[in-house]
Amino acid sequence: MSILGTRVVRTEDPVFLTRGATYTDDLTDERLTGALHLTLVRSPVAHATITSIDTAEALASPGVVAVVTGADLDLDPALLFPGANKSMTRPFLATERVRFVGEPVAAVLSEELYQGEDAAELVDVDYDPLPVVIDPLVAVNDETLLFPEAGTNIAAAYDYDGEPDPGFFDGCEVVVTRDLVNQRLAAAPLETRAASAFWEGDKLTAYISNQNAQGGRDEIAGWLGIDKDKVHVILPDVGGGFGAKIGSDPEFAIVAWLARQQGRPVRWNESRSENMTGMVQGRAQRQTITIGGTREGKVTHYRLDVTQDAGAYPRLGTFLPMFTRMMAPGTYDIPNVESRARVVVTNTTSIAAYRGAGRPEATAAIERAMDLFAAEIGKDPAEVRKLNVVSPDKFPFQTKGGVEYDSGEYAKAIDLALAESGYEGLRAEQKARRERGDVRQMGIGVSSYVEITGGGAFAEDASVEVHPDGSVTVLTGTSPHGQGHATAWAMLASEHLGIGLDKITVKHGDTELIPNGGGTMGSRSLQTGGIAVHQAAGELVDLAKQRAADLLEASVDDLEVDTDTASITVRGVPGSKHVTFAELAAAEQLKVDTTWDGKKATFPFGAHVCVVEVDTESGKVTVEKIIAVDDAGPILNPLLCEGQRHGGIAQGIAQALLEEVVYDDEGQPLTGTFADYGIPSAAELPSFDLVEMTTPTPVNPMGYKGIGEAGTIGSTPATQSAVVDALSHLGIRHIDMPLTPLRVWEAIQTASEGVTK
Amino acid sequence: MKVQISVNGEDTSADVEPRLLLAHYLREQVGLKATNIGCDTTSCGACTVLLDGEAVKSCTLLAVQAEGQSVTTMEGLEGASEGQPTHPVTAAFRAEHGLQCGFCTPGMVMSAVSLISHDDDLDERKVREGLEGNLCRCTGYHNIVRAVLVAAGKDPDAEQKAEAESDALRTAPGFSRGESAEEARA
Repeated sequence: MSILGTRVVRTEDPVFLTRGATYTDDLTDERLTGALHLTLVRSPVAHATITSIDTAEALASPGVVAVVTGADLDLDPALLFPGANKSMTRPFLATERVRFVGEPVAAVLSEELYQGEDAAELVDVDYDPLPVVIDPLVAVNDETLLFPEAGTNIAAAYDYDGEPDPGFFDGCEVVVTRDLVNQRLAAAPLETRAASAFWEGDKLTAYISNQNAQGGRDEIAGWLGIDKDKVHVILPDVGGGFGAKIGSDPEFAIVAWLARQQGRPVRWNESRSENMTGMVQGRAQRQTITIGGTREGKVTHYRLDVTQDAGAYPRLGTFLPMFTRMMAPGTYDIPNVESRARVVVTNTTSIAAYRGAGRPEATAAIERAMDLFAAEIGKDPAEVRKLNVVSPDKFPFQTKGGVEYDSGEYAKAIDLALAESGYEGLRAEQKARRERGDVRQMGIGVSSYVEITGGGAFAEDASVEVHPDGSVTVLTGTSPHGQGHATAWAMLASEHLGIGLDKITVKHGDTELIPNGGGTMGSRSLQTGGIAVHQAAGELVDLAKQRAADLLEASVDDLEVDTDTASITVRGVPGSKHVTFAELAAAEQLKVDTTWDGKKATFPFGAHVCVVEVDTESGKVTVEKIIAVDDAGPILNPLLCEGQRHGGIAQGIAQALLEEVVYDDEGQPLTGTFADYGIPSAAELPSFDLVEMTTPTPVNPMGYKGIGEAGTIGSTPATQSAVVDALSHLGIRHIDMPLTPLRVWEAIQTASEGVTK
Repeated sequence: MKVQISVNGEDTSADVEPRLLLAHYLREQVGLKATNIGCDTTSCGACTVLLDGEAVKSCTLLAVQAEGQSVTTMEGLEGASEGQPTHPVTAAFRAEHGLQCGFCTPGMVMSAVSLISHDDDLDERKVREGLEGNLCRCTGYHNIVRAVLVAAGKDPDAEQKAEAESDALRTAPGFSRGESAEEARA
């Protein structure tokens, strides 16, 4: 029986559940002995000129070894995203100007952690305030410039060089337009950012908490101006990333530079308060949607206009609206689609990838548009969706977003979600409650989604080696941070070799072991790194057969793997001679290095239904039920897959109802700790109902698509729609996220005063 | 100041600053790194340990406040010293896939141990409320809640089964929420 598709518990868990994982702050590497603690002094103001920095008192503080400012640091300011306006570089420690609260201004090195925190308080920085711009729709006017030398706040623009065609919607029977906010979110991995670094001669070793060792190495080397062969990056266990730990962080370069300058190892582990301002954040889009079509419900035209807040220094957020534009039409076969986007800097924390990275924003927009359109023509939102989705016979489907969807059955996913939810019964109950005028109203939200996984990075290296003792080492360029690759990749190798999971070790996140790799992001790992392991194990079997042919005096074509004994045998000859993989490995190294290059992304899809109860007196929303139909092709390990979906769904609900990074007009973060930022606990969430569909992709031999971000993409619009649906009889058509009790209550009050939204 | 604290049954002592947090004492002085620190505001619960059997957030307590008391961390649970999650809670977390990145896990496990020891009639709602002080960004809590129910000897699917029954009733004509199932049957 194949191990693939079975619920294998994680091989990594015994360590995690006994002595705990080894995160960057838990390292026992002897070369880190005596490491200095780095404490960063961060700007308390959002936009200012630095007039002076006095470090004397801090330097005299107990245990302090050095206090370093930007003037001491010989690192050139870096452009943190290559596609952004070239003038928008970031100094590693601010020298002349600060552009967001949390920007590092000075570095304190101390023998002990608490000493550094004490001394950081004593660094005296004088700031001369500058006007602050927080709202991206104000920043585009260029009245307050963050980078005067750039002459603009626009970091990048895509098809934003003129006004769109005013006649685009001519001929539509119905046109609906709406401004939307896709709010800024904090990634908030429970492990904050951390790094430890030391030098041996001219060679740097850096442990970082990150999703991509190789990308981190390249960036750190580039920032330090040294050859990447001189940089060894290791990712220990990583306590969550969610996209925000892709690549590298400027702080890592500071740690490495200080370790070189001091000739001593340096450790850095930021506080949560630093993390909430210093770590990249996600989403932060303002959107205008316009949708047009027939009174019968056929959507013929869709336009999406995106203003992406980049934060103070453009990072991966510069690219996010590209994904949003790519996925703009969602699951729908809309003949006319246009979109444009601009990316603008503001005096806030930088924006980068976070859980879906541009795709949830696209889905939220088109799904809101579908609901608004359905409401306008007075039809059921689920029916309008089904009328417009791409039909199964059209795949591969060239979309108006400029990508090719590989495979899908979108209407079937909607039907499954509706059936599982008991949709008709729910609508009947909703009607009854409305007729009774219940205080607690029910809402039902339906979403249909498709996402791109493995977008833009399709190749991955893998290596499989069998050792003479029968154990196996798998090397992969992907870097798990909770996804369970150690188990999943071992399953893929075991399937080919018949060697037990207990004998298979999966290694990742080390640039000396695996020099090339793309890391774990964009739900790409299984379809790239996993397929590479599958391919490597297959090639290893081929190699083993070639070697076994002589020993067994048989043609290679007559040989097969006996997975019960992890050996090569002659087909159809019971009891014949056989040779085990271990024996072959004892004779000669048995190892295969390979590269998988799928060349194409895949497009998992699904449909979610969310049922909420809204207390119309308080505005409180309770999620009663969420049904998630997700199709990521065949499932390697249902246990891991369900876990990924659960986490995504929770985050999707959290964005819809709770989470938002908020700044005041002066650029002060009002959500700078977990006490202010609304992460849901177990008490705020229900259990989830999962339904599977399996539509394999033709773009790789196993049919695998990605699953990591699906839950987030599908559940956010379903939840938002459900709340609006609960209040639609009051004339409410839209409420911006997060739909907090206050926002919902205000919407109800406004509606009851006769002003519909 | 000198403190003496029993940690996982072993006597430990050190001369510490009065302001040293218990979490830092455990991690840096005793060298037990399973207990993690995830926030500054006692919100995330990653640092939860047992103090004389009661769940506490060790980033909110000073080491000197634990003077003379007994602390249990995840490393002190049954099977941990042999590297095997054989304690009912750790075993259930593994079986139910109640962890992903693992950072919240030691705190979550210790909260669960405390919760189970204080209530022998747990259900899903009580577990969810009992874990309110422990945040997780990976799992969506679904499997954590299941794991705690399994460890408590409860069938995690029991409520789902009951709910399915009530759903069937709910969609029956004349039934609406707010009535009990008995009323609806009547």
